[in-house]
Amino acid sequence: MSEEQWLPFWPPVASNTAVSVDRLFIGEFALSIVILGLVFGMIIAFSIRYRRGSAADRGNRVKKTWHWEIGWTVGSLAVFLCLFVWGANAYVWLFEPPRHPDLEIYVIGKQWMWKMEHPGGQREIDELHLPVDKTVRLLMTSEDVIHSFFVPAFRVKHDVLPGQYETMWFKPTETGRFRIQCAQFCGTQHAHMIGDVVVESEAEYAQWLTTQGVHASLAQQGEALFRADGCSGCHSANSTVHAPSLAGIYGRVVHLQSGEARIVDETYLRDCILLGGAHIDVAGYPPVMPSFAGKISEGDILELISYIQSLSSQPGGSP
Amino acid sequence: MSALAADLPTSYLTEENTIASWLLTRDHKRIALLFFASVTFFFFIGGIAATFVRLHLLNPAGVLLQPDMYNRMFTMHGVTMVWFFLIPSIPATFGNFFIPLMIGAHDLAFPRLNLASWYVFNLSGLFLLYTYFAGGVDTGWTFYAPYSTLYANGHVIGAAVAVFINGFSTIMTALNFVVTIHRMRAPGMTWMRLPLFVWAIYAVSLVMLLATPVLAMTLALVGLERFMGVGIFDPSLGGDPLLYQHMFWFYSHPAVYIMILPAMGVASELIPCFSRRPVFGYTGMTFAIIGIAVISFFVWAHHMFVAGISVFSAIVFSLMTFFVAVPSAIKVFNWTATLHKGRISFDAPMLYALGFVGLFTVGGLTGLMLATLPIDVHVHDTYFVIAHFHYIMVGGTVSAFFGGLHYWWPKITGRLYPEMWARVTAVLTFLGFNLTFFPQFILGYLGMMRRYYAYPAKFQDWNVLSSAGASILAIAYALPLFYLGWSLLWGQRASANPWRATGLEWLTSSPPPKENFARTPTVKVPPYRYDPEDDSFISQDGVAHA
Repeated sequence: MSEEQWLPFWPPVASNTAVSVDRLFIGEFALSIVILGLVFGMIIAFSIRYRRGSAADRGNRVKKTWHWEIGWTVGSLAVFLCLFVWGANAYVWLFEPPRHPDLEIYVIGKQWMWKMEHPGGQREIDELHLPVDKTVRLLMTSEDVIHSFFVPAFRVKHDVLPGQYETMWFKPTETGRFRIQCAQFCGTQHAHMIGDVVVESEAEYAQWLTTQGVHASLAQQGEALFRADGCSGCHSANSTVHAPSLAGIYGRVVHLQSGEARIVDETYLRDCILLGGAHIDVAGYPPVMPSFAGKISEGDILELISYIQSLSSQPGGSP
Repeated sequence: MSALAADLPTSYLTEENTIASWLLTRDHKRIALLFFASVTFFFFIGGIAATFVRLHLLNPAGVLLQPDMYNRMFTMHGVTMVWFFLIPSIPATFGNFFIPLMIGAHDLAFPRLNLASWYVFNLSGLFLLYTYFAGGVDTGWTFYAPYSTLYANGHVIGAAVAVFINGFSTIMTALNFVVTIHRMRAPGMTWMRLPLFVWAIYAVSLVMLLATPVLAMTLALVGLERFMGVGIFDPSLGGDPLLYQHMFWFYSHPAVYIMILPAMGVASELIPCFSRRPVFGYTGMTFAIIGIAVISFFVWAHHMFVAGISVFSAIVFSLMTFFVAVPSAIKVFNWTATLHKGRISFDAPMLYALGFVGLFTVGGLTGLMLATLPIDVHVHDTYFVIAHFHYIMVGGTVSAFFGGLHYWWPKITGRLYPEMWARVTAVLTFLGFNLTFFPQFILGYLGMMRRYYAYPAKFQDWNVLSSAGASILAIAYALPLFYLGWSLLWGQRASANPWRATGLEWLTSSPPPKENFARTPTVKVPPYRYDPEDDSFISQDGVAHA
């Protein structure tokens, strides 16, 4: 990372994704050199051979040009389709997140900083500590405009939108410090919406987690909010209001009044909290849940979601 | 051919020379020159902004301009260059001047509409200048919501109004071309005898007519949301930010082809003429033009691979993008094959045309890399993308613009330009361009972001190289002002057909009379009937020239 290079040519390679993106890029680069060599070579060769003063034979020119044209149409199409298949295949793999990532981090972008939340409740700004060789899934949202989370050394990038959750994942394979950059223009200090991913050995990461002075995990903080914001008044087991119990609900399918079925994921829970019962009527329950839009921050919503998720992973909850 | 011009002693330039005769002219040739003055003015406005950007980026800490000023500079560069130079550049000047001449018509179908188009263009230009002088706008030329509709502090509405009005000028000119090409071709000028430049302008006019209204709607909705808080794109008002991107790119991807198709048309005129042989595969070239125009409407979401569209849509748009590259590849191979067994001379227009083919090919190949999904994820919004589209739009379109300018200069002005100066400038353009933009491919892959006023110090060397190239490019763009200006006064008088070319525009005198032709010519043969063996040619009226 730190070696002084005159004219750097290649970014650091520090994730599983980076290896396959680089392989594709080098493949296409080589192919481009071949095609460029062909086109430039022909232009230069013809320019010399058939320059105005030369005595080269100019008779018997190609009459049936379409023979050639079909040749290079089919040739180009075949090459392009190969590139498409290679790229699309890698892309599907890149965007198919692992079913059970080793670590899930919440990321909130705002003008002009990145806020990260670890499951254990540790919070960071413009810095993200991660263990090496573990799959990491980011759940990202924005508090204002569109941002984009980009780590060049990992070759991964995804826009971070206000009003919805976007996810991305990667597996760091090298320890070190790698830059995070906002890739979508977001205002005056866009160029300074940067940070660092700090990839450490598992032991170092564990050590770092314990030195953050955090006593409550995200889920525990969410549980406190769950009471403070009044959610528990209806959703707890001994409440008098008829509201769905949230134990084990994360990951399950619920049926709505409209007949639609939805998987309870982060986006669904977020919609419930912000839109209220009038929009998300679970079949068999009266639509009495109020909207919390404007009363709750993006960070709080993520803590609540973390709490509801934890109800599913406890012994006795649904798988 | 001289007989056609002999009984018309005056030209469109000398016929009447009062200020009113220029500002109220209905002659397509004079309107073309008026447009030429306007787009040249905006080319240098956009160029000044680019100069500030490149000077600022010499230093990684970004100390020349304040961050807000830097953001306004690159926005000014983008908005000016895209809508006030690149899109009107070739159609409104050479298209306006030569479409009637090439098809044997005395004017465009709607001369008053043509003049109105110039006034509307300048009105939009006034709004743009007002926006800049009032403090500018910092959204980038893409005006992404909700930044543009809620958070940006600049004069978003001023810029949006300028671009909105500008669209009407585009539509008026495009409509005029479509009707003219359909209705006013000389006898014998069948569709398959049209010069490829006419085909390109025809296709681009259709794209303009279909795409520009969508831009107008998009900008109107931005205005509604910013002014009145109607929730369309901003999620906090119940809108969808991705809707903005879909609408914007539904216009702006075809707009990329609005910028490059006319340049392809120019190259297709120059390469056969200076190779003295027919264009390789005329029919294939026309199909490729139409193919590009049609497919250009189905690739827009390749600008949104990391924006949050589904994996399925990303794959579909990646596939469509590979498809649109096929007709472009056909054109590159056909231009190259046109050189085979030619009798090639390297006058300045040909140097620009060959530069165009080379730079367009680099732009096209890097376009394939961007169409490949995982590569795009990495280089999206980096300098790799900046380099890619500058290779297409500056390496491609601007090179072709200068090639066409030199090629048609004798016809437009009646004077020859100094050949040596022009050749040196053409070579300088090519070298300066590559030095400016090739380092940006490397910077982009390294992870240098676009629209950053400060960047990591390790990228400085490449940026210094790029700025050095930009200074060469600036000289190469300014030089023609001097030697072409010189030729206006002291250049050698041009004959009717100095390049010995086959098109109808070369049948009339240089500069042409106001009525274009004394008698409407009759077309007997297809274009590009050059013979490299004995250096003869047959002009489109069927007359053979030894």
